[in-house]
Amino acid sequence: MKPRQQRMLAVGLTALGVLVTVGLTLRAFQENMMFFVEISDVVQGKVPDERNFRVGGLVVNGSVTRKPGQLEVEFTLTDHESELVVAYNGILPDLFREGQGIIAHGRMGDGDKFIADEVLAKHDENYMPPEVAESLAKHKAAKEAAIAAESGTAPSD
Amino acid sequence: MAIWNFLHKMASPPHFYGLAAKIIPWFAVTGIALFVYGAIGGLFYAPPDYQQGDAFRIIYVHVPAAYLSMLAYVVMAIAAGIGLIWRIKLSHAVAASAAPLGAWFTFLALVTGSIWGRPMWGTWWEWGDPRLTSELIMLFLYFGYMALRAAIDDTAKADKASAILAMVGAVNIPIIHFSVEWWSSLHQGATLVRADGPAIETTMLYPLLAMIFGFSFLFGALLLQRVRAEVLFRERRSRWVHDLVMPAGDTQ
Repeated sequence: MKPRQQRMLAVGLTALGVLVTVGLTLRAFQENMMFFVEISDVVQGKVPDERNFRVGGLVVNGSVTRKPGQLEVEFTLTDHESELVVAYNGILPDLFREGQGIIAHGRMGDGDKFIADEVLAKHDENYMPPEVAESLAKHKAAKEAAIAAESGTAPSD
Repeated sequence: MAIWNFLHKMASPPHFYGLAAKIIPWFAVTGIALFVYGAIGGLFYAPPDYQQGDAFRIIYVHVPAAYLSMLAYVVMAIAAGIGLIWRIKLSHAVAASAAPLGAWFTFLALVTGSIWGRPMWGTWWEWGDPRLTSELIMLFLYFGYMALRAAIDDTAKADKASAILAMVGAVNIPIIHFSVEWWSSLHQGATLVRADGPAIETTMLYPLLAMIFGFSFLFGALLLQRVRAEVLFRERRSRWVHDLVMPAGDTQ
């Protein structure tokens, strides 16, 4: 082998070795690399009892309740499978709203309620003007209404 | 072969020095034009976002800066690798010149992200987030690369040692890019590079693309100018630099 080919081989093997090492390390720490856990895992009890963790999910529409004159707020998070009630006392971020993805940091309190000490809003990757968002929401509602009317399963009582 | 002859000629410092001087103005003018179009389009003509309002406009600095921070690292690592395997000094000069530029783009991406994160997410910084942490690690990789170079007086040895560091650190690049897919994160997923096309309105998208390409051309111009200076310093004892500084006929 020519010296240049030897160097090429050495560089290639080193790169491969680093890649495999880092890959295996990241695999081993897979759970610790997660920024938040999902609601279903929390409900199924796959979380530590005595430790703080983050939980991520969507705020259920109409679930936000505030105590008048106070910062205390309660809302329900969902991952479309399970639900979790979160209690928080503090200032919510700008993007916090019903239907929005959020991440709460805290621990499980009594009675399956999650006591948050920090609430972060997770932004999605979609960018559009307000008019487009409105028109999208309108069309979606119209489509859902059409499907409901078609299936004819509206309760008659 | 013609291509090898061309590459061989390119790797000769005096030839590169002259050619780069001709390319730089074109890159600079193209970059500035795209930058001006992108800035005006992004700040004045693009509509506000349906959720973030006008605060989303930081995207026009944040995304190009973040993209360039990774591109500069890829340029640095590939140049270092070519320098190591083919023993091309010019290639090492490119790697050494790319590092400070990449570090500044990384810094800019982190700062703009932090300023946006405070009102939108509700936090300046989150240690557990894989995207934020891997980008910060890249800043430290740049610092480490520059510190290692500065610590070794012998240029050839500094080239070799820092090249290995640059290439080992390149493993961080895919981690940064895929961090938002592999793990749950606070940072949102990719908007531009998606299987189903960009998830952004075209009126917002075009200024963003202009900014990304504008930043890239400006990076190219700055990089070439830095490499010229680096070559001049490395070749300071050579005949051609001597002739360049003191043209024939000048007896001084």
